[in-house]
Amino acid sequence: MFEAPAIDWYVILPFVIVAGWGVLLMFVDLFVSDEQHTWAPWLAIIGLFAALVVSVTQWNNGGETFTAVGSTPMVVVDNYAVFLNVTLILAGIFSLLISINFLEGQALDKPEYYMLLLFSLSGMMLMGMANDLILIFVALELLSIPLYILSGFAWPKLKSEESAMKYFLLGAFSSGVFVFGIALTYGATGTTSLPQIFQQINVSTALGIGAIAFLLVGLAFKVAAAPFHMWTPDVYEGAPTTATAFMSVGAKVAGFAALLRIVMVAFPHVGDAWVGAVAILATLTLIVGNVAAIAQSNIKRMLAYSSIAHAGYILIAVAASANSPDGVSAALFYMFAYLFSNLGAFAIVIAMEKNDDQGTALDDYKGLWKRSPAMALAMAVFMLSLAGIPPTAGFVGKLYVFRAAVEANLIWLAVVGVITAVISAFYYLRVVYLMFMYEGEAQIEAKPALRTAVVIMVLAVLLIGVLPGTWFTLAQEAGLRGMQLLAGG
Amino acid sequence: MSILLSVLVFFPVLGVLAILLADRGKGESDNLIRWIALVTSLITLVISVIVLASYNPAVSGLQLVDRVPWIPAWGIQYFLGIDGLSILMVLLTAFISVIAIAASWSAIDKQVKAYYTFMLLMEVGMMGVFLAQDLFLFYIFWEFTLIPMYFLIGIWGGTERVYASIKFFLYTMAGSLLMLLAILYMGITNGTFSVPDLIAGRAAFADAQHILFLGFAIAFAIKVPVFPFHSWLPDAHTQAPTAGSIILAGVLLKMGTYGFVRFNLPLFPQASFDYAPAIAVLAIIGIIYGAIVSFPQKDVKKLVAYSSISHLGFVMLGIFSLNTAGIQGGILQGVNHGLSTGALFFLVGVIYEQRHTRLMSEFGGLWKAIPLFSVLSLIVVLSSMGLPGLNGFVGEFTILLGSMGAESLGTHPWIYTAFAASGVILAAVYLLWMFQNVFMGPLDNPKNEALRDVNRRELVIFLAFLVFIVWIGIAPSGYFNLMDSSVSRLVNDISATVMVGQ
Repeated sequence: MFEAPAIDWYVILPFVIVAGWGVLLMFVDLFVSDEQHTWAPWLAIIGLFAALVVSVTQWNNGGETFTAVGSTPMVVVDNYAVFLNVTLILAGIFSLLISINFLEGQALDKPEYYMLLLFSLSGMMLMGMANDLILIFVALELLSIPLYILSGFAWPKLKSEESAMKYFLLGAFSSGVFVFGIALTYGATGTTSLPQIFQQINVSTALGIGAIAFLLVGLAFKVAAAPFHMWTPDVYEGAPTTATAFMSVGAKVAGFAALLRIVMVAFPHVGDAWVGAVAILATLTLIVGNVAAIAQSNIKRMLAYSSIAHAGYILIAVAASANSPDGVSAALFYMFAYLFSNLGAFAIVIAMEKNDDQGTALDDYKGLWKRSPAMALAMAVFMLSLAGIPPTAGFVGKLYVFRAAVEANLIWLAVVGVITAVISAFYYLRVVYLMFMYEGEAQIEAKPALRTAVVIMVLAVLLIGVLPGTWFTLAQEAGLRGMQLLAGG
Repeated sequence: MSILLSVLVFFPVLGVLAILLADRGKGESDNLIRWIALVTSLITLVISVIVLASYNPAVSGLQLVDRVPWIPAWGIQYFLGIDGLSILMVLLTAFISVIAIAASWSAIDKQVKAYYTFMLLMEVGMMGVFLAQDLFLFYIFWEFTLIPMYFLIGIWGGTERVYASIKFFLYTMAGSLLMLLAILYMGITNGTFSVPDLIAGRAAFADAQHILFLGFAIAFAIKVPVFPFHSWLPDAHTQAPTAGSIILAGVLLKMGTYGFVRFNLPLFPQASFDYAPAIAVLAIIGIIYGAIVSFPQKDVKKLVAYSSISHLGFVMLGIFSLNTAGIQGGILQGVNHGLSTGALFFLVGVIYEQRHTRLMSEFGGLWKAIPLFSVLSLIVVLSSMGLPGLNGFVGEFTILLGSMGAESLGTHPWIYTAFAASGVILAAVYLLWMFQNVFMGPLDNPKNEALRDVNRRELVIFLAFLVFIVWIGIAPSGYFNLMDSSVSRLVNDISATVMVGQ
């Protein structure tokens, strides 16, 4: 009969802290009056720091748990998961730091905001740790549902409500697709455990191919890969900018966390069945994201398309992961670099935005350098990093991805990546020249929390760009080597 | 091991820090900042002379090597070194940087702090490009030079500056990213990015060398620029501030020709040999096209810009003659072009500062108003034309000599020589035409009567140019000696490989 699996709490401690901290926030809120809720973000940040510390101790020291008798573990915390957890928690911390004053200004600083963010973050972390399709689905919902609410948090603003509605409908739809993929997988293999799927999958049947296809499409929605990206610009534009910042990094990292685990644990040996599809997704995503971004006049929409484009670069790494030992590491490294560049850019966007939704047009950035030189320089660094110009983190990230692609003999895909990178430089540089080369009234009065976060992120972008060695090593140990191939490849 | 080259590359960073510390805001410390920048670049020049003194021209390999692991996981090294292929470029960079900073003294009066910061960062990038011996490190410096130049053009440039700066950036970036893929490919096949190691192990990627050659060649051809990749150049040169144009013409274009010599020839000798006729044809088209397009220009600066395409055609022809005379002539002509065209841009800048126009029709008869300036300009123009006794002649003559005997150019290399030589005549036509329009004839525009002659600062800059213009023109052997052994080694290496290949 059914026997409850033993639980190793240490293994899931970072997840427990983040999720539990959300609950804690909810309780504390009951006992504090509404006027005194400035404590909430700081309390959340303390919790995230605790989770960060525990996560770091799990490096080379993880484990597995939730192992039912005679089965494989549901949760695996290997170096791969630790690397992702650290990335995600850092994304959470920086998202909070850059949100505090903005939310106060917009009268959105309700404790619910922070607890929803924590719940969503816990779901994201679970995505990288889950070793079973069912658990991945639970994680997917845990991360998505709070995000739907966060998108609509600025209600009764119509745009925010529209954003939440769109995100919810398409999110629910993509979850449905993903579940269908799970069902097909179960039909084809009789299991939902990734290592067991590895042993059972047979891609010469339509069922096997269909299973992979639906799982892929479901996650492609989440990471906003073309042609499943339609929701992104509207959602990014309508959601409160702080929520956009968080989901642009968090949801993407989480989606790829699950995708990479699935393809590398369950389907590494049937690369022929999915590499081509992922490569085509990557190509489409790169072209759509980068070309559409050029036409945008609103910086939030521009960054939305830019985030689509970045999903394309990570997809290159995913496609390469079947035939290159560096594919997974490249994706991990890219996401780590992207975290700082993208949240940094959003920090400036948040600081520029006024209460009445003004200040998000690209033209509003004209002349920023004259009045706020430090912030303009920071933005320039983030833009150059997103464009992949040395000596920034973004450059090294692209380099790693291209390297993996060349190793995997996907040179044509690397060429696509290179050409679209040039296109992307055009719209990133536009922000730079608007700030530096035009006269205008743009100005930023950055509050200390945001200013600190921006300084740290600039330093991170430059440090990773100039001395990437340590991070390469970490990403390598977290990559394929760090991902336990339990079934033995 | 020697840290001398590292000091040379990164010394300007100290100047940047000093500028940031010295700034009191509101433009009060502008003059101090100018002096800091000038002194920094002068000290860098002194360091480059120390490098020259420590350099042994008899050694053909890399010298003063500074080599430490940088990203061991990928076999990437921080690896600087100097040899005969780069010594002149390094000296040119140090020299041109001083000139460019001095030339901006009164022309730049807004955002002075940022301007000189970018100038000094530019120098770091350019030095790095010429000294890096690890492909990855080279690429970082190569791309890094884009950023300060982008801002220099975009903030302090002319009316079309934003368009010109972004075109410059994207054009160059497009080329260099393909080079990046080629670099990655070789790094993966050989497990190292160090140039000497890759040359030693080039057999590993010999099968792919033709495509790899193109990956590098497109990046460099855009930079040079080789026809038909030149369309960014007239915009960038014309819109850049005077000092920006001096740096562009003086050093940045040489990064392209240097790249061919340093990387394409030794890494892909067979491909270099196979593609030499095609590149030589493009070079000759560039020589003639640049000259023909220069002639009808109404804007003096544009004329000088197009003349660069013509001059750089000579350099390319020399390099792809693949013999000692051709390559030495090519490198030296690169230096000559930096001096002559840098000086031309400077003289245009001096006039522009006073008259705020560069249209030839606005001028005429300047000799009567500002005789000293006119004499100096005449020497510069003659040097650019290739008059015997001045530097341009030495370079062009050596190149033509090299191309005449080039085995890489088939059985009738003299055809290339003949067409190239016609470029010398065309250069005389457009340059003398320009000189006649601006300096000779009656002084009929009353606005020109108020022009002042060169001041002391401008005279010093002119004389600095003229010293080298005359020196190279009269006694070039010292310059050839500096690169002799390295170039000979390169040529022997190529011919040995190509012979074996046949």
